[in-house]
Amino acid sequence: MRVVSELGISISRVLDSEGKVVGAMPDFARDPVMLLRLYRALVLTRTFDTKAVALQRTGRLGTFASSLGQEAVAVGVAAAMRPDDVFIPSFREHGGQLWRGVTLKELFLYWGGDERGNDFAGPREDFPNCVPVGSHAPHAVGVALAFRLRGDKRAAVCVFGDGATSKGDVAEALNMAGVWKVPTVFVVNNNAWAISVPREKQSAAATLAQKAVAAGVVGEQVDGNDVIAVCAVVERALARGRQGLGPTVIEALTYRLCDHTTADDASRYRDDAEVSHHWPAEPLVRLRNFLTHAGHWNKAAEEALLHECTNAVERAAADYLATAPQPLSANFDFVYATAPAELGDQRKSALAVEGAP
Amino acid sequence: MTELSLVQAVNAALRRAMVENDRVLVLGEDVGIDGGVFRATDGLFSSFGAERVLDTPIAEASIAGVSIGLAAQGFRPVAEIQFTGFAYACIDQMLNHASRMRSRTRGRLTCPMVLRAPAGGGIKAIEHHSESPEAMFAHIPGLKVVMPSSPARAYSLLLSAIRDPDPVVFLEPTRLYRAAREDVTDDGAGLPIDRCFTLRSGRDLTIVSWGAMIKEALEATDRLASEKIEAEVIDVATLKPLDSATILASVARTGRLVIVHEAPMTCGYGAEIAARVCEGAITSLLAPIERVTGYDTMMPYLRTEAAYMPNVGRILDAVRRTMAFA
Repeated sequence: MRVVSELGISISRVLDSEGKVVGAMPDFARDPVMLLRLYRALVLTRTFDTKAVALQRTGRLGTFASSLGQEAVAVGVAAAMRPDDVFIPSFREHGGQLWRGVTLKELFLYWGGDERGNDFAGPREDFPNCVPVGSHAPHAVGVALAFRLRGDKRAAVCVFGDGATSKGDVAEALNMAGVWKVPTVFVVNNNAWAISVPREKQSAAATLAQKAVAAGVVGEQVDGNDVIAVCAVVERALARGRQGLGPTVIEALTYRLCDHTTADDASRYRDDAEVSHHWPAEPLVRLRNFLTHAGHWNKAAEEALLHECTNAVERAAADYLATAPQPLSANFDFVYATAPAELGDQRKSALAVEGAP
Repeated sequence: MTELSLVQAVNAALRRAMVENDRVLVLGEDVGIDGGVFRATDGLFSSFGAERVLDTPIAEASIAGVSIGLAAQGFRPVAEIQFTGFAYACIDQMLNHASRMRSRTRGRLTCPMVLRAPAGGGIKAIEHHSESPEAMFAHIPGLKVVMPSSPARAYSLLLSAIRDPDPVVFLEPTRLYRAAREDVTDDGAGLPIDRCFTLRSGRDLTIVSWGAMIKEALEATDRLASEKIEAEVIDVATLKPLDSATILASVARTGRLVIVHEAPMTCGYGAEIAARVCEGAITSLLAPIERVTGYDTMMPYLRTEAAYMPNVGRILDAVRRTMAFA
């Protein structure tokens, strides 16, 4: 008997939870300006999250999925992408969307139940959030296939959670991407919980990255609370994709410090002690420590940044709250390029109802 | 003009669409060198190559899902689902994504794709190969659903479907693939996909049907003609959006309506047509609306399949009931 295949799953990490350098510093991270941008993105994301939860609790936003504790995954992913790559997120990647130019107001509009929040003024080709778990994975294969067919040196990046790796859509997408060697990077935001189901009950596999192996795709892990490491591994995967070397699966290990959404109560199934245990490893503090020790950051800079982010988020929230809902006609006007006669009739009668907006 | 079978007409339309627009791609299981299990894509691989005629792994949901990604990027994917029963795996992608992409992004991203699948029974196939899923797709806002009944209409409707800016589910009656040939002019002319086609004019009653059942309806009409009963036959062709006006105008003249379809009766598309007629032409009705449909059973295996399918005899029975009603 001889071994014909091995898993070979490795994990990358640059900063430990205290901010000490424990891995090779990638080139981009030698530039403090880039690191400060990353730190700002993490802080902005958390500020947005906090405000969004507060708005939901006071009845001014719909159900909201916070990314508390997982900010480094989406921010690191987006920071590695080029503007003309396409981002295909699940629904917890606000940090990445903001990095790519989705506005705070658009995010508030989306979570406040207004489709205009998906009409991004910035990244026009990025996909809107995907609420049905994992069913966007094949879209990322299609987008990447389009790039390959056109000869574009662009890539598609798809993020989904640990729970999504149980879905057939994800297995199908990994398989197709492997067969066609398309430039797709699949990032698993493994936050340890799929609502109430812990990671070990989701799959008997030792890692989720190894789901790539069966599809003939490169799979690796990264410390998902280490934004530098996330950015570095995604950058490498994107480079491979652009060179025609095919897709990559990156399992980012992080932890959901929040409830699944504002409609969830994690205390029903998860011990507070477990959450407390994970707080010291959260992504903001380690980068802040690193920057502080390197002499790029101090208390005054921190206060100024918090002030700036809070102002930006408050302004966007106020702008969102002051935005009138769409007229009822909008619901009819985007179903088809041209409304069929029967839909036109329904539109007319809907608008004729007394008090119709 | 060439005499083509329905499956050859589909092939001709695909070829024409691929020639006129290099963004048109064909993908699906065995669509490449094999030309598809029904040969609908025969010869396309050798003409257009592996970049435009893509054999996919066996993953129906992702055939639809990949098409969504391609369409959002400006391609015009035409996805083939090999057999009708496998099309259900695509409903999630079509319902949750393809149909609503335009609406949820307020027009920023769109999904101009076609999902082609054979549909219907009567070919003595193995199980899961004979279902009629049109009503399930027609229930989904944002989709268009087309089911042709002749080679010429299949050719022109498929071309229009591929050129359409929105996702279209195109169901091809398997039973008609090779049943008959007719002259098809391969001139690239489309037919509107919001229109019913009146195939026979008549003053005594209206028979509304689509797909393979049109053949039965026309045969029944011929038999009725010998009894001096004139039936108007309407091929719905496009189930969504529905051209109610043509059906209502016909019923307003004839006062009697028989709806024929293969799919089970309950929540079948016939129910929608009956409702529209009740809403829009009830005062014209001289008799209750009759539905001749498949039964609310499983599609039987091939030995008893014939007893499930609506046929000329069952249509004539329904016509006689409606004509006798006073």
